[in-house]
Amino acid sequence: MIHSLFLINASGDIFLEKHWKSVVSRSVCDYFFEAQERASEAENVPPVIPTPHHYLLSVYRHKIFFVAVIQSEVPPLFVIEFLHRVVDTFQDYFGVCSELMIKDNVVVVYEVLEEMLDNGFPLATESNILKELIKPPTILRTVVNTITGSTNVGDQLPTGQLSVVPWRRTGVKYTNNEAYFDVIEEIDAIIDKSGSTITAEIQGVIDACVKLTGMPDLTLSFMNPRLLDDVSFHPCVRFKRWESERILSFIPPDGNFRLLSYHVSAQNLVAIPVYVKHNISFRDSSSLGRFEITVGPKQTMGKTVEGVMVTSQMPKGVLNMTLTPSQGTHIFDPVTKLLSWDVGKINPQKLPSLKGSVSLQAGASKPDENPTINLQFKIQQLAISGLKVNRLDMYGEKYKPFKGIKYMTKAGKFQVRT
Amino acid sequence: MSGSGLSYSEQGGEAASELAQEVVPTATPSAPAAFGLFSSDTKKNEDLKQMLESSKDSAKLDAMKRIVGMIAKGKNASELFPAVVKNVASKNIEIKKLVYVYLMRYAEEQQDLALLSISTFQRALKDPNQLIRASALRVLSSIRVPIIVPIMMLAIKEASSDLSPYVRKNAAHAIQKLYSLDPEQKEMLIEVIEKLLKDKSTLVAGSVVMAFEEVCPDRIDLIHKNYRKLCNLLVDVEEWGQVVIIHMLTRYARTQFVSPWKDDEVMEEYSENNFYESDEEQKEKDQKVKNTYTMDPDHRLLLRNTKPLLQSRNAAVVMAVAQLYWHLAPKSEAGIVSKSLVRLLHSNREVQYIVLQNIATMSIQRKGMFEPYLKSFYVRSTDPTMIKTLKLEILTNLANEANISTLLREFQTYVKSQDKQFAAATIQAIGRCATNITEVTDTCLNGLVCLLSNRDEIVVAESVVVIKKLLQTQPAHHGEIIKHMAKLLDNITVPVARASILWLIGEYCERVPKIAPDVLRKTAKTFTNEDDLVKLQILNLGAKLYLTNSKQTKLLTQYVLNLGKYDQSYDIRDRTRFIRQLIVPNEKSGALSKYAKKIFLAQKPAPLLESPFKDRDHFQLGTLSHTLNSRATGYLELSDWPKVAPDPSVRNVDVAELAKEWTGILGKTKKEKPTEKFYSESEEEEDESSSTSASESDSGSESEKEDKEEGSSDESSGSSSSSEESSDSESDSKESTAKKISRAAAESDSEDIKKKAKGISGKRSPSNSSDTESASSEENSSDSEAESDSKSDSESGKSRNATSSKKEEKTLQDRKAPNKQDVFLLDLDDFCPVTTPVAVPTAAVLSPSLTADLEGLSLSSSSVIDLKKQTMFSWLWVSLRMILVSLLYFRIIIFEGKLKIAITNVGCLRAPPFCQCL
Repeated sequence: MIHSLFLINASGDIFLEKHWKSVVSRSVCDYFFEAQERASEAENVPPVIPTPHHYLLSVYRHKIFFVAVIQSEVPPLFVIEFLHRVVDTFQDYFGVCSELMIKDNVVVVYEVLEEMLDNGFPLATESNILKELIKPPTILRTVVNTITGSTNVGDQLPTGQLSVVPWRRTGVKYTNNEAYFDVIEEIDAIIDKSGSTITAEIQGVIDACVKLTGMPDLTLSFMNPRLLDDVSFHPCVRFKRWESERILSFIPPDGNFRLLSYHVSAQNLVAIPVYVKHNISFRDSSSLGRFEITVGPKQTMGKTVEGVMVTSQMPKGVLNMTLTPSQGTHIFDPVTKLLSWDVGKINPQKLPSLKGSVSLQAGASKPDENPTINLQFKIQQLAISGLKVNRLDMYGEKYKPFKGIKYMTKAGKFQVRT
Repeated sequence: MSGSGLSYSEQGGEAASELAQEVVPTATPSAPAAFGLFSSDTKKNEDLKQMLESSKDSAKLDAMKRIVGMIAKGKNASELFPAVVKNVASKNIEIKKLVYVYLMRYAEEQQDLALLSISTFQRALKDPNQLIRASALRVLSSIRVPIIVPIMMLAIKEASSDLSPYVRKNAAHAIQKLYSLDPEQKEMLIEVIEKLLKDKSTLVAGSVVMAFEEVCPDRIDLIHKNYRKLCNLLVDVEEWGQVVIIHMLTRYARTQFVSPWKDDEVMEEYSENNFYESDEEQKEKDQKVKNTYTMDPDHRLLLRNTKPLLQSRNAAVVMAVAQLYWHLAPKSEAGIVSKSLVRLLHSNREVQYIVLQNIATMSIQRKGMFEPYLKSFYVRSTDPTMIKTLKLEILTNLANEANISTLLREFQTYVKSQDKQFAAATIQAIGRCATNITEVTDTCLNGLVCLLSNRDEIVVAESVVVIKKLLQTQPAHHGEIIKHMAKLLDNITVPVARASILWLIGEYCERVPKIAPDVLRKTAKTFTNEDDLVKLQILNLGAKLYLTNSKQTKLLTQYVLNLGKYDQSYDIRDRTRFIRQLIVPNEKSGALSKYAKKIFLAQKPAPLLESPFKDRDHFQLGTLSHTLNSRATGYLELSDWPKVAPDPSVRNVDVAELAKEWTGILGKTKKEKPTEKFYSESEEEEDESSSTSASESDSGSESEKEDKEEGSSDESSGSSSSSEESSDSESDSKESTAKKISRAAAESDSEDIKKKAKGISGKRSPSNSSDTESASSEENSSDSEAESDSKSDSESGKSRNATSSKKEEKTLQDRKAPNKQDVFLLDLDDFCPVTTPVAVPTAAVLSPSLTADLEGLSLSSSSVIDLKKQTMFSWLWVSLRMILVSLLYFRIIIFEGKLKIAITNVGCLRAPPFCQCL
């Protein structure tokens, strides 16, 4: 399956290579560089590149290309999904997944990669298992290791690997037993020029942080489980129970994990919490244009909209912008032509606005399209789909855990066409 | 590449000089990497060597870490091989692991020295710690030294019967490695694969199927017996294994089941055969197919068991299930995958790319599947171009009369996009919509004409090209549009667009008689500065005008032809010569010039505006080949459905075999070995008999199973003679097998019990529904000895029942389905074999409700019973009793064709479970 892995940074250096079968020469990456050159932006590099003897499947994350070399037919998603899992694991281990971090921890990275794949076939990808095999580096552990001479490498097969619940390690102990759940929803929407919604979808996840002693068996029930008709689960969730009772029943992994993700599709009605009033116009005759945006709350169920950020990619003909915001700060980058306005909180009494003029290149004709406006925002304590957790119960252990739930709505790919 | 020297912080300037060697890191061992601290290479390596030879573990570890760092950067560290390999037996597990890493990288290059490490691995293979055993096997099989092939083979064989499933999993991986090292070992490896395929552990399943796919994907016969088990285990297998298994099962199913696509597909197939068959025959056949198709229960099982995996968090699994449904499910059911696929679109860019490609292929063939999700494919300005174009492709495929107006409105915004490549693609999409949906052709054409006045050149050029194609398909109204385009010719500079306009004017020159010669005049002036593409079209235009309107254009054409004659491009010179000979009549040209007009102005077929994904469907969806639209190495073709399904009984599993496996996994080592040897004989026997039964009908093997049941039970109860006789009379052919197995079965009590239980559970539902009950039931009820005596016989009677009524079997399988759920909650390894023999049950628990049940049942099956009815009645009843008794002790979970027993805690076995079970 996966022959080799090359990590390539933004400037095109191969800074790490790992081979699981015979060594594949670095020169195979030349095909990748070629494709990279052809695609103007990193995002446009095709994920699958055929070369005469190999196929290069790549993933671009954190400004690093993870290029897997394979030699024969394999489902491409298999490799891509695995590469993403590798990135997630690095992030899990080192906090951030950056070139510097990987270089600093090259030995751990190598050991982890060694455990994740055997002969190119995934062996252990569950973070709980991996962490038992190779302990993540912490300052404390490094100190202890140098003194005592102990190692970062576990010498026993992780208990999870063989058990019915491979995602959970045994012998977990906490003094404070806690289970937190975050319901996070993202709105993907396209809003028309006139303000009507063209399409809106909600992409939701429930992330959990469970620190419970022993082998707790949790059940989570919802007030309105009918909302969740398109769901994907962490393997720990008992599917049959969900099918029959609409209750999430599971033995959780230890630590942070994504319990489930769901999708409320475009067919349902989605409340749009903000609106944007805009007036952008370029005139043919003069080299000046008008620019005016106002952002306001719409259906927020009484919650405040925070962290509002407006970005817009201006047409190439724009030279500069002179704008005055009623609140927040704005930046226009004349090179990339990207306007960003950090609004902050929306006060419904005094709506934030950004007004001013746009100067166009002299002699250039007016751009034939107005720029689209991308919006980011956050609303605490609200799940826009209306999803509500009813209760969380724990079985199998005696103690009383501390439980907490948090809701949040965010903008995903929220675009306003002008 | 040159920038990398800076990024390697610790080594300073020297790194840059080595980059040239890094390109082929394996080639030259002479100049290894240098650390900044040390001035020369040799010194540095000396240092590392010293560290490796020091007595302190910490120094060794440090050295190894630095060496691994070198490997990671692609630097050559092979010089250190001798020093490193000494540490392979280190007590420190981290050093050991790093040495393993080193070995896997360099052993191939230093084969002789690598041999020094082999004995350490061999010792580690016997280690009591399963992790050490497993990793020793991993390294041993990864070092790719051909000399040790026999050692590897031995190690794999041993590991494949290891008690730890983790070690067995590693053995499965090692199979592939050995195969790629030495393909001649194939036969031996297939044996190991066969053995591991029978493994019940979910941990092993994925890896062994992977090995199967790699080593012997054509040996589909190895799958038969394991098919149902794989289907049932699938949900519990780890996600990566799921993908591999699903792909394999897709291929398997295509060879074993008949097509569920009844109507349209069958019609199509027959219409191809039109040549050979008369219409009536066809109809007959059609009807036949339609009437008789019922889905094979195993086919249904696969579909049912993969469905929950659509909920997986792993995109690869979801895609695998989607392709399985696409290739295997009846068309009405395939729709359920679309929702999950659309969900994947919120994932990363790379996942989106692959999923969209597959959706594009699907949406061509079955529009309905994705129509409800039309809006999910709307393009955002922030999408990367490749995603945008794929979404556009899907939108175009989904366009129909109902949604075209919304789509066109959406397309309008896309045309204005700043991403010009995408805007051009949109125009093509509009063109395709216009040809596919006749209602909107005019609207589209008008819209495109409006775009001709767009300021952006690329947009205009693309519109011209598309308009040209559209006009060709719609030869009704050209005049105005062509005139408009002729005007544009002055401003447009994009060659393709200019060429298209010229071609259009030439083609329809008779409809614009005034403009055409003028256009030729203008272009003749600029001829020398035009692109080759345009020059060819100017020549074309000249030739066509010469033929239709020679009075006005004769001189002009000749001028153009002269220009062409001395052009730099030989293509153009060639074309000029050709045209001149063809259109200008002279003595040499012969007869052809008479037909010049017909040749040039013949009615040309309109170009087809087709999706680029049209021809992709001959690749299996979700594969690399599909993504690339070309055959990747190692692509396994998906076969067509067989016309007639191969014998389904090959998938039936022998109970005795199962029991053996159980002990293999569960029993203790010491106990295991003798039984295994003993069984391996009988196993062969079973294989033989099963092969004979395979040629018989479904029911044949069924009865065989029963025979084995018999054997086991009569030996254990100690009264063999009577039952033996009866079995003789009933099924002569299988007598010998039964005997042998019965001997084998006597080996241990616990096994026996299990087998019985299996037999019981297998027969449970039929016994419910069809078994008979004699009038003497009351008498027998308390007589436990008689029970065990007669059990066997009555069972064979049952097998009779099974033989005669196939329907019952189906209901059986259907009923098993719901029970299967329980299995997920229990892990196989949790079960412990029960050693207590069957205790004498209390009759009181059974009697009242049961007898009533059985009485009711007897009525239904009376028709099935044949001549030996009389004698069998009593046996049957007794055996039923026996079954129920053992049910008290076992909670039985039926696992499809194969039976799996979960012996749950003894506490709950008292009274209620048996009622539940029934």
